[in-house]
Amino acid sequence: MNILESLKYFIPELVLLGGAFFVLGVDLFIKSKRTIGLLSLFVLVLTAALLKAPAQPLPLFYGMFQLDAFAHFFRYFALAAVAFTLLMAYSYAPLKGPYEGEFYGLFLFMAFALILVAGANNLLMIFLSVEFVSMISYLLVGFLKKDAKSKEAAIKYLLFGSMASAVMLYGMSLLYGASGSLALPAVGNALFFAPFKTLAHVSVLFFFVGLGFKISMAPFHMWAPDVYEGAPTPVTAFLTVAPKALGFAVFMRVLAMVFTPSWAHWSVLLTALSILTMTLGNLTALSQNNIKRFLAYSSIAQAGYILMGLAVFSDLGRQGVLVYLLAYLFTNLGAFAVVTLIGEQTGSEDLAAYAGLSQRSPMAAAFLTVFLVSLAGIPPLAGFIGKYYVFAAAIQAKFITLTVVAAVNSVIAAYYYFRIVRLMYLVPASGPALAPAPRPLFITLGLMFAGVLLLGLFPAFFLGLIWR
Amino acid sequence: MIVPLQHILIFSLLLFAIGLYGVLVRRNIIGILISIELMLNAANINLIAFSKSTSLAPETGQIFAIFVIAIAATAAAVGLAIVLALYRVRKTVYTDEVNLLKW
Repeated sequence: MNILESLKYFIPELVLLGGAFFVLGVDLFIKSKRTIGLLSLFVLVLTAALLKAPAQPLPLFYGMFQLDAFAHFFRYFALAAVAFTLLMAYSYAPLKGPYEGEFYGLFLFMAFALILVAGANNLLMIFLSVEFVSMISYLLVGFLKKDAKSKEAAIKYLLFGSMASAVMLYGMSLLYGASGSLALPAVGNALFFAPFKTLAHVSVLFFFVGLGFKISMAPFHMWAPDVYEGAPTPVTAFLTVAPKALGFAVFMRVLAMVFTPSWAHWSVLLTALSILTMTLGNLTALSQNNIKRFLAYSSIAQAGYILMGLAVFSDLGRQGVLVYLLAYLFTNLGAFAVVTLIGEQTGSEDLAAYAGLSQRSPMAAAFLTVFLVSLAGIPPLAGFIGKYYVFAAAIQAKFITLTVVAAVNSVIAAYYYFRIVRLMYLVPASGPALAPAPRPLFITLGLMFAGVLLLGLFPAFFLGLIWR
Repeated sequence: MIVPLQHILIFSLLLFAIGLYGVLVRRNIIGILISIELMLNAANINLIAFSKSTSLAPETGQIFAIFVIAIAATAAAVGLAIVLALYRVRKTVYTDEVNLLKW
């Protein structure tokens, strides 16, 4: 489809991009930064309202951007993640200052970049959109100007991230050499022929480095705890969810379109990496004393579970990945909203600040309990549905070792999630009662809570939305 | 004289390896960023070489290379900005002195 025909289907994205530039421009003239925040939210809602499900897969812009049901799902996902993060950041004090408007503007660009990642169907497009997301992430992580931790996190993210992209780019250049084309379907077809099979095995490794970094897959997870601890809390919440989910999206597309012929080889490797990721994440999370670092390791472990779906790569496995990501969106953003609240009011991110939280702020304690229980994968909450699907996929495809290891890991994870619940409810409080949550944060918490509960209680409705 | 494709590929592989080595052993953050540029340029050489030899549409590889050069420039801009901001707060650009965050 040529450019002019494609534009018709690309209107929501153009509105989003225009809105992002508009917000950045208006920021120069408007003193009240809260207005800018509301304007950004409005742009996101408008974009979401304009989205239309494609009747059949549309290869927009000469096949650069594949608009199919898969991309459509991730478009909503990206917009939702950005909107909830903005809501969470709306009352976040460390961001207040002359640069607050730019923060909102950057997030709108981020939403646009994430949508591009979701539909990228060409090696060039994948590289550009993934880099787009990465660049904005580096800036957002280092957004707090005077904060040494934030700066250190940004520099670590930058160095690891650029190296991972460079390795992935080298893999892409080899694929281009083998197939003579950059479009994923053409690359995939070329790799079916014998002389290129070896090259496919090599270049899939390069892809594992680049995309494995994005989804914090072991052994490329080293950056995650440091970055998640140093970044401003709403940005951390965002990074653990959206870029990771879109990393999985592009990973799935690349594996499905290009590396299907060599499935037997990378499936074994992914199974091993999935086991390594969840085990490393869980065992290290046991001994953390900082809540953000703790949730960082827990999110690495969660990435390990999601990788199960990729390793299996049956229909059920792929659906499991989507369900898991949706559950994970609500649960993790909710947990970080509580961390934002407590961090604001006590000025501490240590686990010690959570001792006796049930007496100091019963509401926050109750919310955090729900989110942690969902992360542990206990019914009737969203986390259970996600886990159920990836486990079912692994068992159906007879990945028995993987299933057993994952089950053992879930038990370890339940132990450390409940350790925090115990800390909140059974340890005496050490400080005075906390003030109630600011309204935007409370709304975020309420929405996430509703999402976790509804996805857990009425999964059929959400599943219908996902694979309509 | 036409240089055979294999020679170019070996050259780009060497360049990539040098870049990777630099990333792993350098202490200075600027040095690491320059090493990453080497890795990107190794990929660029591959793209150009392949666009002359195996490609169905030669221009795609060359366009990709131009995009990579642009991305490398933005990466340098963002990277140096962050390095500068780090230097203002911590007064260092050595990786082993940037050690607030650890397990």
